[in-house]
Amino acid sequence: MRHFLDFEKPLYELEARIEELRNLNEQEGGVNLADDILKLREKANRFLEETYAQLSPWQKVQVARHPQRPHTSDYIAALVDGFVPLAGDRNYAEDPAILCGLGYLDHHPVCILGHEKGKDTEQRVACNFGMPKPEGYRKAARMMTLAGRFQLPILTLVDTAGADPGVQSEERGQAEAIANAIETCLNVPTPIISIICGEGGSGGAIAIAIANKIFMLEHAVYSVISPEGCSSILWGNASKHKTAAENLKMTAQDLKKMNLIDDIIPEPLGGAHRKKKTIYHNVKQTLLQALEELAPLDSETLQQQRTQKFIDQTRQFVKN
Amino acid sequence: MNWLRNLVRPKIRAISGRDIPEDLWIRCNNCSQMIFHSELTANLHVCPHCQHHRRLTASQRLSILFDDKRYEEIPLPKVHSDPLQFRDVKRYSDRLKDAQQKAKRTDGTIVARGTIDDILVVSVCMDFSFLGGSMGMSCGEAILLASQTAIDSKAPLLAICASGGARMQESMLSLVQMPRSVIAINRVKQAGLPYLTLLTDPTTGGVSASFAMLGDVAIAEPGATIGFAGKRVIEETTKQKTPDEFQTAESLMKHGMVDVVTHRKNVKKTIAQVLRIMLKRAPNA
Repeated sequence: MRHFLDFEKPLYELEARIEELRNLNEQEGGVNLADDILKLREKANRFLEETYAQLSPWQKVQVARHPQRPHTSDYIAALVDGFVPLAGDRNYAEDPAILCGLGYLDHHPVCILGHEKGKDTEQRVACNFGMPKPEGYRKAARMMTLAGRFQLPILTLVDTAGADPGVQSEERGQAEAIANAIETCLNVPTPIISIICGEGGSGGAIAIAIANKIFMLEHAVYSVISPEGCSSILWGNASKHKTAAENLKMTAQDLKKMNLIDDIIPEPLGGAHRKKKTIYHNVKQTLLQALEELAPLDSETLQQQRTQKFIDQTRQFVKN
Repeated sequence: MNWLRNLVRPKIRAISGRDIPEDLWIRCNNCSQMIFHSELTANLHVCPHCQHHRRLTASQRLSILFDDKRYEEIPLPKVHSDPLQFRDVKRYSDRLKDAQQKAKRTDGTIVARGTIDDILVVSVCMDFSFLGGSMGMSCGEAILLASQTAIDSKAPLLAICASGGARMQESMLSLVQMPRSVIAINRVKQAGLPYLTLLTDPTTGGVSASFAMLGDVAIAEPGATIGFAGKRVIEETTKQKTPDEFQTAESLMKHGMVDVVTHRKNVKKTIAQVLRIMLKRAPNA
């Protein structure tokens, strides 16, 4: 069953009509409806094209959070051969909200890690809806150190509403775990490539996104706080989430303009979830090209380039 | 009238029907007792009745720490005030202007160099009274500047945190200050210099999740709120009341997140003691 977003209502109606006609068409002795179906299909595609060409920031947030949008586990299943999942932070627990492991991307041995939101209710609960606890960040840091030891490039996929805001997470040092993950990202001697695939939610996202190359999917979002959180703090209630989303300049297009990301990975018409094969292909090509570009750099240059990238990031707004 | 202002107890003033001038008697926001201003200043803005540590501005804080209240302030680079043209119920540029006028400076954060118990120290000090001490581009530049100053002066870096977190109105431009601040303190550590943190009320959000939690030694003031997510967010998300002793300096110490929790009057001494040993100097007589 396909999930439609609120602004996709006309599309839902068109699709329902197409389905209806298709059923009729299959009935024996009926009139040939193929032409009508084709016309409706064209209409549906036109709607998708027009709508997705000018999504508002809030609509992008909705697409980025789409329940059928591919997650880290999907990307790994589609792109990584011989994947060996690795678990645990060696301190306290295993956190399924961050998926880690080793494998091959088109014959390149890599370390891959990313937020996992889960697909069904059971998985979502197990993954804490993609909100990592301190052990998740400590595992990520452990994995990056491991990758560094064996000169493996690190691919990170970002898709989280944010780090887990819970009493136990606080007591186990959520802040320290994130700070430490950031420090680890900065000191790793191998290439790091990050892709913001869905939601890039605040510190919980950037903790694993300090990379040599940073990409965003066309409809992904990345910001310091969720639009709802921002609205509730600055307007006193969550009802201004749409205005907040606009103000936060959180879309891939906004961030590219500010030079905070390297490039945007195009999504298939109507979002990544509508044609998963296309998005897997686009993501893979981007990763392979980035790997190739970073391959000749030695560890010192890689570290230096990563550091300089972040030093430069807001220097454009510093007056001389 | 001066003798009356100085000597008459608040109760009598209340009877006399006049408002108490705010600056003379201050009500403790923890125990509600009235404290005479000079007594409060003498007690480093700690309530003499309940030992509640009141928040300090950056300049108050620095004059408590540095010898003879003297330090050199390193001017911050100027940053573009509102590149995102952020507007909630008010324009961010207006909020910023108000805060700047009130504080008579362009940002709350101060970078200072001076001596603490005769040890040359560079400090980057946040100010909660300036837009909640929030970390924006200016603060990120301040931390980088402090780091460079410390390295050039071969001096330890002391970060004094008082912040609600990243500055929302600068969105991603503020979020990237988290890695930038970590780069800054990494450089100090790589130069072999000590990096100390003083966590004061409050140290939360993107500040605690970056440079604030990476100190070689972390000192916290009693009762300070230190944590990642805000209490309200936690209670709303988990639908649970948070425990009584939660995200306080004391509970953080219990959970292994800070080294020392000490009264404001001992902070300077503790910093100096630790630095002397780290720098392999003889104890101060």
